[in-house]
Amino acid sequence: MENRIDYEKIEKRTETRKKIGNVATYALLLFWAVIVLFPFYWMILTSLKSYGAYNSEYIPKFYTLSPTLQNYVDAFTTVSLGQYLVNTVIFTVVTTALMLVVITLAAFAFARLEFRGKNLLFVLFLSLMMIPNELVIITNFVTITDLNMRNTFQGLILPSVTSVFYIYLLKENFEQIPDSLYYAAKVDGTSDLKYLMKVMIPISKPTLITITILKVIECWNSYVWPRLITDDERYFLVSNGIQEIRENGFGRENIPAMMAAVVVISVPLILLFLIFRRKVMAGVARGGTKG
Amino acid sequence: MGGKKSGHGGAKAWLYLLPALLFLGAFMVYPLFDVFVYSFEEGYHSASQTYFGIGAYNYSYVLHDTYFLQAVKNTLILVVITVPLSTGIALLISVGLSSITPLRNLFQTIYFLPYVTNTLAVGLVFMVLFKKTAYSDGLINLILTWFGGTAVDFIDGPYWAKMFVLCFYTIWVVMPFKILILTSALASVNQQYYNAARVDGTSRFRTFTRITLPMISPMIFYLIITGFIGAFKAYSDVVALFGTNLNAAGMNTIVGYVYDMLYGDSGGYPSYASAAAIILFFIVLTITCVNLIFSKKNIHYT
Amino acid sequence: MEIVLQNLTKKFPGRGRKNHQEVIAVSDFSFKIPDGMLIGLLGPSGCGKSTTLNLISGLQKPTSGKIFFGADDVTDLQPENRGIGLVFQNYALYPHLTVRQNILFPLENLKGKDKLSKQVMMEKAQEAAKLVQIEELMDRKPGELSGGQQQRVAIARALVKMPRVLLLDEPLSNLDARLRLQTREEIRRIQRETGITTIFVTHDQEEAMSISDMIVVMNAGVVQQIGKPQEVYDNPENLFVAKFLGTPPINVFEGRIEGHKLYIGADAVLDIFAPGKSGEASETDVAPDKRKGPGNGEVYVGVRPEGFSLEETGPLCCVFGGVEVMGRDITVISAHSACQSPKIRAIISADYRKGIERLYSADGFADKSHIRFSLLPEKVFLFDKMTGKRIAFAASMEKGKGN
Repeated sequence: MENRIDYEKIEKRTETRKKIGNVATYALLLFWAVIVLFPFYWMILTSLKSYGAYNSEYIPKFYTLSPTLQNYVDAFTTVSLGQYLVNTVIFTVVTTALMLVVITLAAFAFARLEFRGKNLLFVLFLSLMMIPNELVIITNFVTITDLNMRNTFQGLILPSVTSVFYIYLLKENFEQIPDSLYYAAKVDGTSDLKYLMKVMIPISKPTLITITILKVIECWNSYVWPRLITDDERYFLVSNGIQEIRENGFGRENIPAMMAAVVVISVPLILLFLIFRRKVMAGVARGGTKG
Repeated sequence: MGGKKSGHGGAKAWLYLLPALLFLGAFMVYPLFDVFVYSFEEGYHSASQTYFGIGAYNYSYVLHDTYFLQAVKNTLILVVITVPLSTGIALLISVGLSSITPLRNLFQTIYFLPYVTNTLAVGLVFMVLFKKTAYSDGLINLILTWFGGTAVDFIDGPYWAKMFVLCFYTIWVVMPFKILILTSALASVNQQYYNAARVDGTSRFRTFTRITLPMISPMIFYLIITGFIGAFKAYSDVVALFGTNLNAAGMNTIVGYVYDMLYGDSGGYPSYASAAAIILFFIVLTITCVNLIFSKKNIHYT
Repeated sequence: MEIVLQNLTKKFPGRGRKNHQEVIAVSDFSFKIPDGMLIGLLGPSGCGKSTTLNLISGLQKPTSGKIFFGADDVTDLQPENRGIGLVFQNYALYPHLTVRQNILFPLENLKGKDKLSKQVMMEKAQEAAKLVQIEELMDRKPGELSGGQQQRVAIARALVKMPRVLLLDEPLSNLDARLRLQTREEIRRIQRETGITTIFVTHDQEEAMSISDMIVVMNAGVVQQIGKPQEVYDNPENLFVAKFLGTPPINVFEGRIEGHKLYIGADAVLDIFAPGKSGEASETDVAPDKRKGPGNGEVYVGVRPEGFSLEETGPLCCVFGGVEVMGRDITVISAHSACQSPKIRAIISADYRKGIERLYSADGFADKSHIRFSLLPEKVFLFDKMTGKRIAFAASMEKGKGN
């Protein structure tokens, strides 16, 4: 009997400790969720406040009773936000498409074809992964300037249409496709290119999608290279655009309109993420960094 | 057949590789050598493309430049504060996340959001939140005064305040990646180990320190290395908060210094930029090597 | 420690949108395990034996029913408060800790008044290591050990805090055949030495039969039979148990009872009486409600491989298929149209070696040649065609010479 009372006590203590642990866990998670979400809330909130209302709030309000879309109109009319968006879309689509072609061909050669010096070349490729962008960007800046490609899409796009890492990722994926498929296709008289298009690419679709998503995120957010290579507003991407808006924007410090621009810039990627949530997260876990 | 095929296939293979080779050659391999050349060309002038001589003067100039030293100091402070802090908080959150079932997906989705946002754009939001202007103290200062603090301008004010915002924003930005990697690392630990520990009455804390941590230590180590590399390259989040004229704000970073030397109001000195970039490269290389040596001794790999 | 399971039931909610049906992993399990016994929980994979083990360990909570350790109701206790030692199927040794650290791990968890000094902990770990004979491996990491050694470490870790109950989940499944034989003896020895009530789960009937004091045969979440290994083998309560125990497995025929005679195909193989009537039949296997004696109708006839005796005039006529000599045993392989499997395996005792030799020497023995058996009644079981339940009977050998 004594024994049993003892048990109940022990058990109760275990239970209480567990409950406290759970409460603490949820509190922590909620706290961080608020920290993450609050800037988003604030930018949407501010973008809906009128210019006058915002500037008259010495103590910022956490809500607004008279939301207005005027800021969004301003963002598209007063500054060239539309232009920035179009530029970014062009830059993102063309860069990603070109890169996919380049890396697919290279990965195919490494994974499927035989040629002399293949291993050595691949090792050289891999060693390029260690080269930081900061080291090569200086010469690239000079090269593009010398080629008179500043303030052109070619200048923006060309240096970023290859990625050693993605070639590596895709090659690994291609190599998992059994050799027998290739030999079967060869027996049927399929050409290499056709085999690549009809067999390897469809099978590797998940990896290609992952790469595409990662590249799109990278393109949409790229700042340093566009900043170096463009000083003509007509070629600004969103990152430079928003910086331009901040520094020389609406003629006066129009923060609500600035926040409207920020919302417009942020929405496409967030939508992309919410639609392809699993794919994006799996892709980043496999091969993404941010820095 | 075999011989003919391999010869034919060999040429074809190079054809497939050609685009990649061209682009990599032009934009990675050539610049890699060129940057060293630049860094030793003294007095290079970008307009006339002439230089006086070869030597280490560029390095010496950079190392004596107060702006560069300020940038190194800023970068080091940023690295030392954000890497351990962000890894630690991410670990805490990931462990919390792994221990719950309801709402887990929702939290994971929310936590990932900063990864897919434009650093420059959201940086502006942080600036607005932290900035103290003539019209308003800003939201953060409002909260500060609630707790009895005094308002500070975090964007144009004292150095420590600016550094605080920078660290805070950097952590906010790098957190999604770390949480993602750590939650998947935690999920890959065999449940049996936890069951075994549970049967033995192991406390939560001890389970964490003696089992979970050693098991995921390779991933933590990976995050620390990538965190170091990433933090050393901090630039765009700094620009987002303090604008492009970082030297004036006293908040420049090493990468920022490189770009400022290259281009912009103070630009036109690719030689100095190259020297600074190479110095940065070797700092990062050294720290990565130190990390690797340390890990050999202390990380458990299965 | 005596363990009592009372009407233990575990249901899992159905997974997925289409399948709402809940899964019953363990259904109404009642059993009393006497102190100091070694119990084998036996059944095919997915039969609920591992779930039962998890319920006893507390890693899972029963949907209904109770578990007692001695007088203590432990049903709602957390695993750590139950005083159990658990050996996992894959051992779950912490790969980053040495063997010694692994064994010390449970001891270091003790807190408050249970806390042990370093000295005592070391002694206890050494003791446990000695018990399982791994003293010389203490400073190695699990990755450097063989499967059998890891197994021992896992047992040492489970035993070091002197649990009231030791639970082993498929303890031998990750070992190779020779090691398995050796390790199961080892488990038996350790259990004897410590006297700790031990329950282990296995799908290998031979393993369970060879070392358990008692076995519990489970299928689809339901306990089929509980008893001493030999008893269960000799008196299976239903067709499942009969089929599950024994290597080679029991031979099952479609048969029928007609007028006190048991027929397999056209051959009347045994004279059947109600149980207890004939002096020749044993009475131990008869449940009281079955004393009516089998009526006419179709039945399954199970014959153990050792239940055949080779006789020229035997009633059961089979097509001869060959002979397998496996060391000491001679297995005669034959076929019968009424048999459920294409091969009948009969283990013939050495006495019949001559008969076999005659078969060998005969000219055309291989093809189409027939051999005849008579059946030993105590190795023959009848099962209801619908329920699979054992039908009790007594019998005398048809045309046989007596026992």
